[in-house]
Amino acid sequence: MPVQAMPAGENVALQVRNLDFFYGDFKGLSNVNLDIAHKKVTAFIGPSGCGKSTLLRTFNRMYDLYPGQRAEGQILFHGKNLLDKSQDVNLVRARIGMVFQKPTPFPMTIYENIAFGVRLYERMSKSAMDDRVEWALNKAALWGEVKDKLQQSGLSLSGGQQQRLCIARAVAVKPEIVLLDEPTSALDPISTAKIEELINELKSDYTIAIVTHNMQQAARISDYTAFMYLGELIEFNETGTIFMRPGKKQTEDYITGRFG
Amino acid sequence: MSEPSATAGIDLHAKQVRKFRLQDRFFHHSTQIFAFVVLAALVGILVSLSIEAWPSLKEFGPSFLWTNVWSVPDDKFGALAAIYGTVTTSVLALLIAVPVSFGIALFLTETCPLWLRRPLGTAIELLAGIPSIVYGIWGLFVFAPLFADHIQPPMQALLGDVPIIGSWFSGPPIGVGILTASIVLALMVIPFIASVMRDVFETVPHVLKESAYGIGCTNWEVVRNVVLPYTRVGVIGGIMLGLGRALGETMAVTFVIGNANRINGSLFAPGTSIASTLANEFGEATPGLHIASLFALGLVLFVITFIVLAISRWLISRSMGSEGL
Repeated sequence: MPVQAMPAGENVALQVRNLDFFYGDFKGLSNVNLDIAHKKVTAFIGPSGCGKSTLLRTFNRMYDLYPGQRAEGQILFHGKNLLDKSQDVNLVRARIGMVFQKPTPFPMTIYENIAFGVRLYERMSKSAMDDRVEWALNKAALWGEVKDKLQQSGLSLSGGQQQRLCIARAVAVKPEIVLLDEPTSALDPISTAKIEELINELKSDYTIAIVTHNMQQAARISDYTAFMYLGELIEFNETGTIFMRPGKKQTEDYITGRFG
Repeated sequence: MSEPSATAGIDLHAKQVRKFRLQDRFFHHSTQIFAFVVLAALVGILVSLSIEAWPSLKEFGPSFLWTNVWSVPDDKFGALAAIYGTVTTSVLALLIAVPVSFGIALFLTETCPLWLRRPLGTAIELLAGIPSIVYGIWGLFVFAPLFADHIQPPMQALLGDVPIIGSWFSGPPIGVGILTASIVLALMVIPFIASVMRDVFETVPHVLKESAYGIGCTNWEVVRNVVLPYTRVGVIGGIMLGLGRALGETMAVTFVIGNANRINGSLFAPGTSIASTLANEFGEATPGLHIASLFALGLVLFVITFIVLAISRWLISRSMGSEGL
């Protein structure tokens, strides 16, 4: 199956080739091919169970944590297959960060939530770490709200703030790619708007892949959109094209709400 | 036509409500009685222990706690040797059991292959169900001889000349003694601590662990920085449960501790514990100071257990406060 509508003239951050994924005997993804463009936002949409989160979780090998789940095929990152057993999983995850559906601050202070991940891979002085924490919190548009309570527990923040803390945490280790798995589905509309704004700003520095079940969100924030259904990539194109002139009947039915 | 029947309906309704209210009141009072039974039992035990122990408490005063004598012919009794044995064996048992249980629980929740998880978990629960007297028999007839022949001599050779701790491993390697009791106790509490730890480790949300793995943490880093802080309260609770069990364990300890009412600096030497002293001497004790002193020992054990419980409560409330949970 040929790669669909590859963005011409874009730098490619991730190349997915012939990717199959299995939950035990159940095939969760079959023959997925697509490229994730460098420093762009790529959105994955589709009905529940279509495999969009599964696909995202192959990009940082999160499935490795669960016995019985395996992926076959290739995901090329800097010319190397991420799925190779020889790849250092921890290093991959440091370079490809992830933010989850529910905010998941670690049970430590706000400051430590950020510094913890940085410390795993970099040695730095206290003042350099202070700078890094401030930088990351600024990136996540949270600095102003928390700068006076960095020593409080991360759990003391509101849901939207917690999610931005998680984004700051992911950004702090300076990854190349940030994966967002339905990052706003547990948030109120105002927090959602803030996160969307944030994603827009982050794409000048990072490649972003986002799974969302909110089509308007995909339309608002992404440059490319992939529509998935029953474990297959149905259509992949520029976001404008997908929403204005979808090439496949299934895509059109989904985005116009005729099936879900 | 409808008017009378409607009134009748209201009457019925009121009756029903009254009945429900009575039922509720009955339920409230009866459950309250059950709950108070616990309180009454606790107070009753404390009071009867104190009454029975009174002759001894009056005779020896608080020095009962720090007198190292236990002489039936002279009618002189002090609890120090038994307290020493109880505390030492329990603390040593925990020192052995906590790291092992921690490893077991981590393996089961973090790295164990799926097919092995259930059989291993069941095995641990079965281990917790073995009666303590079986551990005692096994300890005396199987473990102690093996320990004396194959483990104590090399330990003595290795550690006997080290300053300070060397004396802990002195004396004849006879198998039974404080260290043997500690090891058997450790084996007995491991299943309890491990299964509590496993249960609390499983309460850590998957996404929380995933997000730690998601920034590149290794297994150990996730455990150290996410799983442990998140489950601290439960882990402390599990350890205290083990400690409580170790302090009061009677039969197994009686079999392997050697039952010598004295304090010896060596861990290889036989000793005694409060529970094993009680088990050994109650049958033959003559009424009078001896019986009273045994009751006093029971009272001491009660107080030690209470202190352990209080400390664990305090630890738990303190760690919850610092997390802002």
